[in-house]
Amino acid sequence: MSGALIAGWLRLAASRIAAERVHLTELDAAIGDGDHGINLHRGFGALEARLAAGDFATDAPGPLLVLAGRTITGTVGGASGALYGRALLRAGAALEARPGGSVATSAQLAAVLRAAVDAVAALGRSRPGEKTMLDALVPAVVAFEAAGAAGIDVASAMRRAADAAEAGARDTLPLLATKGRASYLGERSIGHLDPGAVSSALLLRALADAAAGGA
Amino acid sequence: MVSIVLVGHSRELLRGLRAMLAQAAPAVLVSVAGGTDGGALGTSAPMILAAVRGVLAEAPDGAVVLLDLGSAALALEMALDDLGPADRARVRVSRGALVEGAVRAAVEAAGGGPLNAVLAASEVPPGHDKLPDDWPANGMAPG
Repeated sequence: MSGALIAGWLRLAASRIAAERVHLTELDAAIGDGDHGINLHRGFGALEARLAAGDFATDAPGPLLVLAGRTITGTVGGASGALYGRALLRAGAALEARPGGSVATSAQLAAVLRAAVDAVAALGRSRPGEKTMLDALVPAVVAFEAAGAAGIDVASAMRRAADAAEAGARDTLPLLATKGRASYLGERSIGHLDPGAVSSALLLRALADAAAGGA
Repeated sequence: MVSIVLVGHSRELLRGLRAMLAQAAPAVLVSVAGGTDGGALGTSAPMILAAVRGVLAEAPDGAVVLLDLGSAALALEMALDDLGPADRARVRVSRGALVEGAVRAAVEAAGGGPLNAVLAASEVPPGHDKLPDDWPANGMAPG
């Protein structure tokens, strides 16, 4: 995994969030405070601008993820900024701790993703089934780990993870929210998609597409 | 003297509260971390970290942090994770209500109270009633 792939992923994610910001905000308006798309667009837009300005070295993936995580924690605001920022920071730290500062196989990358998702769960004191971004992220990691154990290549593993994340996000529709702002709604949260799960699936699909070399 | 850090989603809200504290307890150092780095509504872990480090550098007796909403706790936790152990040991996070807790904490700090006393003062007990005992019940005709 190269720094150029991470930079390409972050740029693709920023453009897809820009395209989906109204949809994400509408999802959040139904069960939250109606700012998820606006917040992510502000944060990923800031990230894209700093990449374009050459503020971040893109030769190594770990340090780039750490810089991206710091930018997201400072600019997105609210719970999603802290959670996505923590995930990027933890993934960056996991990569930096590896020999050569990177990973080559899908099993190695699965361990990095697992560290990032575990950090989200710990910070949010949440688990799957509570109508949060974990309902997309955890199935994605499970799929990635299975692909890694089967020796499947990185690009295919990323595609399977994105498929699992999208299915997980769709499956938040009937769930009762018990964490975050949506939990204030109680049973009225049932019948809506969780915006954090939808944006998590978007980010993982962007990663798979960046790895496949297409946008 | 113990100092105070106010963490929340709105810079304007926290600046207004800081002005109230400056009137009640002008000697107490109060730092605010409100909004995102770009000034939008939200919280910023780097801004919170800078605010906490700033008061700790000025105030050897430590700092009590108060929050506006639960979602600010995520960014606060990230910020505190980046403090060294010596600095972290001089920080207390309050479960108290933001406005009343901050005013009580500032008054306690101004009186020279130690860190845990300022924390205790800030943690306004749940069910604390800010209205007088003889306040008419809601829905009742006045008088």
